[in-house]
Amino acid sequence: MSWTDICAIDDIPLRGARKLKTAQGCIAVFRTAENEVFATSNTCPHKGGPLSDGIVHGQSVTCPLHNWVFDLETGQAHGEAGSIATYPLRVEEGRVLIDTSGLTGRTAA
Amino acid sequence: MTRKKLVVIGAGMASGRALEHLFDADPDGWDVTLFNAEPRGNYNRIMLSPVLSGEKSYGEIVIHDDDWYADHRVTCRFGERVLAVDRAARTVTGETGTVAYDKLLIATGSNPFMIPLPGHDLDGVIAYRDLEDTNRMIDAAATPGARAVVIGGGLLGLEAAAGLRLRGMEVTVVHLMGHLMDRQLDEAAGYLLRKDLEGRGIDVRVSANSKEILGENGKVKALVLEDGTELPCDLLVMAVGIRPNTALAAEAGLAVGRGIHVDDQMITSDEHILSVGECIEHDGAVFGLVAPLYDQAKVAAATLTGTEAAFKPRELSTKLKVTGCDLFSSGDFAEGDGREDIVYRDPARGVYKRLVIEADRLIGAVMYGDTADSNWFFGLIQSGEDISAMRETLIFGPAYQGGPDADPLSAVAALPRDAEICGCNGICKGTITDAIAGGATDLGAVRAQTKASASCGTCTGLVEQLLQVTLGEDFEVPTAQPICGCCDLSHEDVRRLIKGRELKSQEAVWQELGWKTRNGCHVCRPAVNFYLLADWPLEYRDDPQSRFVNERKHANIQKDGTFSVVPRMWGGITSAAELRAIADAAEKYNVPTVKVTGGQRIDLLGVRGEDLPAIWDDLGKAGLVSGHAYSKGLRTVKTCVGTDHCRFGTQDSTGLGIKLEQILWGSWTPHKVKLAVSGCPRNCAEATCKDVGIVCVDSGYQVGVGGAAGMDVKETERLVDVATEAEAIEWTTAFIQLYRENARYLDRPYKWIAKVGLDWVKETLASADERARLVEAFELSQSIYRKDPWAEHAKQAERYQPLADLTLEAAE
Repeated sequence: MSWTDICAIDDIPLRGARKLKTAQGCIAVFRTAENEVFATSNTCPHKGGPLSDGIVHGQSVTCPLHNWVFDLETGQAHGEAGSIATYPLRVEEGRVLIDTSGLTGRTAA
Repeated sequence: MTRKKLVVIGAGMASGRALEHLFDADPDGWDVTLFNAEPRGNYNRIMLSPVLSGEKSYGEIVIHDDDWYADHRVTCRFGERVLAVDRAARTVTGETGTVAYDKLLIATGSNPFMIPLPGHDLDGVIAYRDLEDTNRMIDAAATPGARAVVIGGGLLGLEAAAGLRLRGMEVTVVHLMGHLMDRQLDEAAGYLLRKDLEGRGIDVRVSANSKEILGENGKVKALVLEDGTELPCDLLVMAVGIRPNTALAAEAGLAVGRGIHVDDQMITSDEHILSVGECIEHDGAVFGLVAPLYDQAKVAAATLTGTEAAFKPRELSTKLKVTGCDLFSSGDFAEGDGREDIVYRDPARGVYKRLVIEADRLIGAVMYGDTADSNWFFGLIQSGEDISAMRETLIFGPAYQGGPDADPLSAVAALPRDAEICGCNGICKGTITDAIAGGATDLGAVRAQTKASASCGTCTGLVEQLLQVTLGEDFEVPTAQPICGCCDLSHEDVRRLIKGRELKSQEAVWQELGWKTRNGCHVCRPAVNFYLLADWPLEYRDDPQSRFVNERKHANIQKDGTFSVVPRMWGGITSAAELRAIADAAEKYNVPTVKVTGGQRIDLLGVRGEDLPAIWDDLGKAGLVSGHAYSKGLRTVKTCVGTDHCRFGTQDSTGLGIKLEQILWGSWTPHKVKLAVSGCPRNCAEATCKDVGIVCVDSGYQVGVGGAAGMDVKETERLVDVATEAEAIEWTTAFIQLYRENARYLDRPYKWIAKVGLDWVKETLASADERARLVEAFELSQSIYRKDPWAEHAKQAERYQPLADLTLEAAE
């Protein structure tokens, strides 16, 4: 594992999300009302909607384009056949770290 | 011991119930002779309507059968008229002989009132009173294409009409008054009832006066109304009221007014003669519903057995026994000084509830469409308790009152086993709970096994509460359509509760209103966010995380993930400097598409999300602010050039448009709001398809509302004509605030108006005080929201950037 510091937890709004650029495409980093953080693919498998622009509720996000709802923990869509990739995150002393071992496409190549 | 001799004249529901009580209290004390003009014994007359409609058979509504009479040694003289009562000799003479009495009970009931119209004695003109009438109606309906007219839009008339319709007849109801069931319902409920009945194919004529009945060969052919309308019919049912049947008592020399006079013990002016039922007059009142008759029966039986009892009239309630028309009415609901109304309407569901309060007490209730809580309200009317503590949420019924004493379930739980739940069928609580314990776990099963609530249905709520008490969580009471799966409440309930219970934060709403999810979902949270900010402008602030992306980012997201930027152009007026700033921004940020919109402004399409704060900052320096082209709020005020340049213009339409836009901009509304002002009726600004559209005329301003030109195309309807610009602004602002305070989230004004009715909107805004209040409330809210969100967001540019760019790190 290779943990990279990406931001302070307060850089992400409560019940909100920010976007992270990686070699594998954009990742959405979410923060729930309970201060849990999750990272998933930013792209809805339905029509490519930017999930970091969706409404965050409970441990779910609703895609802003057509209201698909995804579980942030598992990446599974509610009531639809579809899912999004999830990525390991860690919070240490108010900083958010992401495991970049699967993300740095170019070093792996 | 010798048995005393009781003679009873009339085998109806009142005397039948009196005999039951008598035999219960004193099984061997009496020899009873029972006369009845109808050739049968006691049956449930109020259930003739289900017989007429075919939902029940006569056999199912018999209360006392031959065995019952035999078991109680009742000598039945059915089909026999009583000719005379000799009070001195204490005898009753019937068609087949005379019988002596120690006590006489007169229960001759009532006669239907027949309007003495020309032709009222024609064949085919009938009342709706007994099984004979019912059978005649059933026979008439058997002829294909047969038509019926029912005179009288009261309880009985409507049940007759609905029953005949169900049997396939073409039915017209003719009612003298302005709305149906005018003695039990107010106008609003009467209107809903009429709509429901018309939906079933019944033709309803109100304010209709009958003039004469036409016949052919001695048979009814048509009813002619005062205005000349001719309603052809094969059957004419008169259901306009009843008169106490006092003939026999009067002939016998008893004191008789409208009915046979009785005292609190049901004793007539002759101490050996008692009377009960629809034939009596007690303390100036006569009776037509079954509940007080049963009370009288109980008192009469007690008096006969020498027990002390007194009849006290009680509050009555009414339900219509037409399947699918759910209405309830009780108490006094006339308007008057010192009386206040609480009214709840959900036009989409056809629900109307009105409570009348006087001196902190509930004195009347009318409900249509949803009568689940009617028993609870009926209880409050009967008890006359002080309701001031729960006034705000009273109309939501018992579920929202909190506190142990207000819980209707505990009240039902506390009832003794022998408490009567179903008055029609005489079913007590124990019988019902035994049935539930024996496996009847829903309303239908309880009805099938016990008959409780199976007749008039008034006690359905009580039976449901018994199911709840007995089964606990296994029983679910049917509820209104909730906002979403997160809660059990409708939009309207949530709005009212946010106001009534002063809920001023999302957490308070989740907690107090029993949300099932942690913090809602994309359906309910934006709605709740709006309701909170609209009702508590100072205490609650708009929450961007509860807004759709467009409103959170103050730009419209496009299908490729870029955004569009639309600066505001007040009233569609711009300048060279503004245009230059827009052109510069378009170049600087490589905007691929620049488009003129239908709202008279310029749209920069294809701006990258990261660039938004910078482009806003640049535009802001030239004095441009957000056009809110993305929001559920004021969009644009489209104008024509008016008197400034146009040779037809009657007023300064551009100036008025700019003023309106400057007052209204920045406000959040349930859905988007578009305005326009046209300078003359040529209407170049297309004002008549806007949410609010003003057309200037020589004499002033025509304010129209509820237009649309989207998925639905709708022309505005006139709200008001005013003489001055100031009034046009006042009415427009007041209308927008009324919409903000009352509409369901995501209802455009035209949808909201369709639900509450333009008349209600007009009536509300007609009050100068109410307009002033609305304008003031709007201004209070605007003290927070009338500012440029772009200027604020331009200062937080980092929020629009990615958290980090790991592609760069990977390259290092």
